[in-house]
Amino acid sequence: MAIVYQKSKGLTDLEMHYCPGCTHGVIHKLVAEALVDLNLLEHTIGVAPVGCSVFAYNYFNCDMHEAAHGRAPAVATGIKRVLPQNTVFTYQGDGDLAAIGTAEIIHAAMRGEHFTTIFVNNAIYGMTGGQMAPTTLVGQKATTAPHGRDRAHYGQPLHMAEIMATIGGAAYSTRVTVVDMPHMMKARTAIRKAFQMQMEGKGFTFVEVLSTCPTNWGMTPVEALGWVKDTMINEFPLGVFKDADSKEGS
Amino acid sequence: MSKELWKGNEAIAEAAIRAGCRYFFGYPITPQNEIPEYMSLHLPEAGGVFLQAESEVAAINMVYGAAGSGARVMTSSSSPGISLKQEGISYLAGAELPCVIVNIMRGGPGLGTIQPAQGDYFQATRGGGNGDYRLIVLAPSTIQEACDHVRDAFDIADRYRNPVMILADGMIGQMMEAVEWQPSESRTLPEKTWATVGTGGTRKPNIINSLFIDPNESERHNAHLNEKYDVMRAEEVRYEATIPDDADVLFVAYGTPARLAKAAIRLLAKEGITGGLFRPISLWPFPEKPLNEAASAASVKAVVTVEMSLGQLVDDVKIAVNGVKPVSLCGKAGGIVPTPREVADAALAALGRK
Amino acid sequence: MASRVTFSQDRCKGCGLCITVCPKHIIFLDKTKTNKRGYHPATVVEMAACIGCANCARMCPDSVIMVERNIEED
Repeated sequence: MAIVYQKSKGLTDLEMHYCPGCTHGVIHKLVAEALVDLNLLEHTIGVAPVGCSVFAYNYFNCDMHEAAHGRAPAVATGIKRVLPQNTVFTYQGDGDLAAIGTAEIIHAAMRGEHFTTIFVNNAIYGMTGGQMAPTTLVGQKATTAPHGRDRAHYGQPLHMAEIMATIGGAAYSTRVTVVDMPHMMKARTAIRKAFQMQMEGKGFTFVEVLSTCPTNWGMTPVEALGWVKDTMINEFPLGVFKDADSKEGS
Repeated sequence: MSKELWKGNEAIAEAAIRAGCRYFFGYPITPQNEIPEYMSLHLPEAGGVFLQAESEVAAINMVYGAAGSGARVMTSSSSPGISLKQEGISYLAGAELPCVIVNIMRGGPGLGTIQPAQGDYFQATRGGGNGDYRLIVLAPSTIQEACDHVRDAFDIADRYRNPVMILADGMIGQMMEAVEWQPSESRTLPEKTWATVGTGGTRKPNIINSLFIDPNESERHNAHLNEKYDVMRAEEVRYEATIPDDADVLFVAYGTPARLAKAAIRLLAKEGITGGLFRPISLWPFPEKPLNEAASAASVKAVVTVEMSLGQLVDDVKIAVNGVKPVSLCGKAGGIVPTPREVADAALAALGRK
Repeated sequence: MASRVTFSQDRCKGCGLCITVCPKHIIFLDKTKTNKRGYHPATVVEMAACIGCANCARMCPDSVIMVERNIEED
């Protein structure tokens, strides 16, 4: 019997704290597997955010730096400028990246910083208990939007992958999800491509991953997968919004 | 070595490069702009990286990243900008990373004014960010001393894995004075085995972190930090005491006001009054015991604190003097520098002569 | 047996995501067991039907699944 699949060496043996069925764990695996398969893990420094993935520094089996809320792109900038030959990535949620850290991510992209950002969009603040995020859908309920996000009061969700694609220094911007096998394989390819482009010096690379939050969405894990496919993708279309490697999408 | 004429801000930048600083992250704000400007030209020549960030918040977090990767790194700003950096400073202290932060102080609160002031004393010495942490705070009163402080600050930061702040008023940043470049005393510094540079497959991952979610672990971390601060309290106290045996009045001042106090002492001498100056150089750790001893001298009748703020340094002076002599305040704020006459008059008032 | 799926049942959170991606529909939550975390862990009821595609393992957020396949029989 040969092993077809086992836990990646890119992850530590620690049990993750995520709620049952939260796809953070799936995204962690894709990042870790990409780093191992591309032979980058030993030279990688990851930057963990504040949010549900705040403990990511315990899970990735590489050097890790925990950042303040939203500041991961600035921290990654400092690291990559000191260690231009190393692989650097940030792993950030929607509150971290699209609310408090908007300036940091936009300007890291503007400078074409040579690191990769994995942006996990689950349309809600998970860690703090389900408050409204900048990516919360209009009408979607949150603990700070008990009647649903009101367009007149809070506007509409931010589409970060599209925004990043408009910035000169961004080499790659895509939106993927991991809710079933075909989508997961595309996400796997996108994450690998982002790291590869980073190491080829192409510029800033950005992968937005639509993720689930069964706990705060008030759904079972399986229902949450369905909500991403049936509802969330309509607001956040999947696709490549910029790819410096090809004319298409750039 | 020959003396050269340097502007304070540029001298501070040059001193940092000479101290081995190779990374600088900043954001424009008056009156410290010559520091990033000088760095933008000369740091790349030294093989380093200068980066103008999108904000002070971003700049200090770039420092946080670079320091975590083991670099000698600095940022500079002025009062409102230093307020914005407080988040990052707290993280740097919590995660025990070395770096140097320069604050060329201007008037406040809020946007205040671009003229020199010392209103950030509390912020610098009490911990402007959240949590129980300390910075070593060095306060130069000449350009020469600013250069020497910057030179030493990097070594001190590395020794303790702690941020060091250079706290200077705008006068120090903007004026020109003669500087003689002094070689640094060679300290044996610990290797940065904790830095995040990639495991290289030879060790377990390094983690730079200030989060200790388990309160017991958090308490242990705080206790560990405090032990470190105790060593700093014991070993990093700096001050200058120029106190005649027959001093009637003891001035306490740092930075530019210390120079004004010296001028006031000369004025008072003509009026038959002997003045002395106690100048704290490390504002934290504060030279509490030496100041208490100086104030306890039999001839000293009054202690006068001179500061370009309205009662900040004086709190530490009162704690140090601890009631052995009366302590009064000669304070000016909002960008106005007191005149030597005003300082001398404050001493006369304290002595009951006016 | 062509393939084998092993669950670290103590680490399973019983989310059932593996069930959604199994092409053979042979994974179930074992309601007769409760692991130390208090969840009914996932298990395969008909191992002989497993084709070793590893979908379940790839989908598992907690990396509790290992998949082996008998190469000779491939």
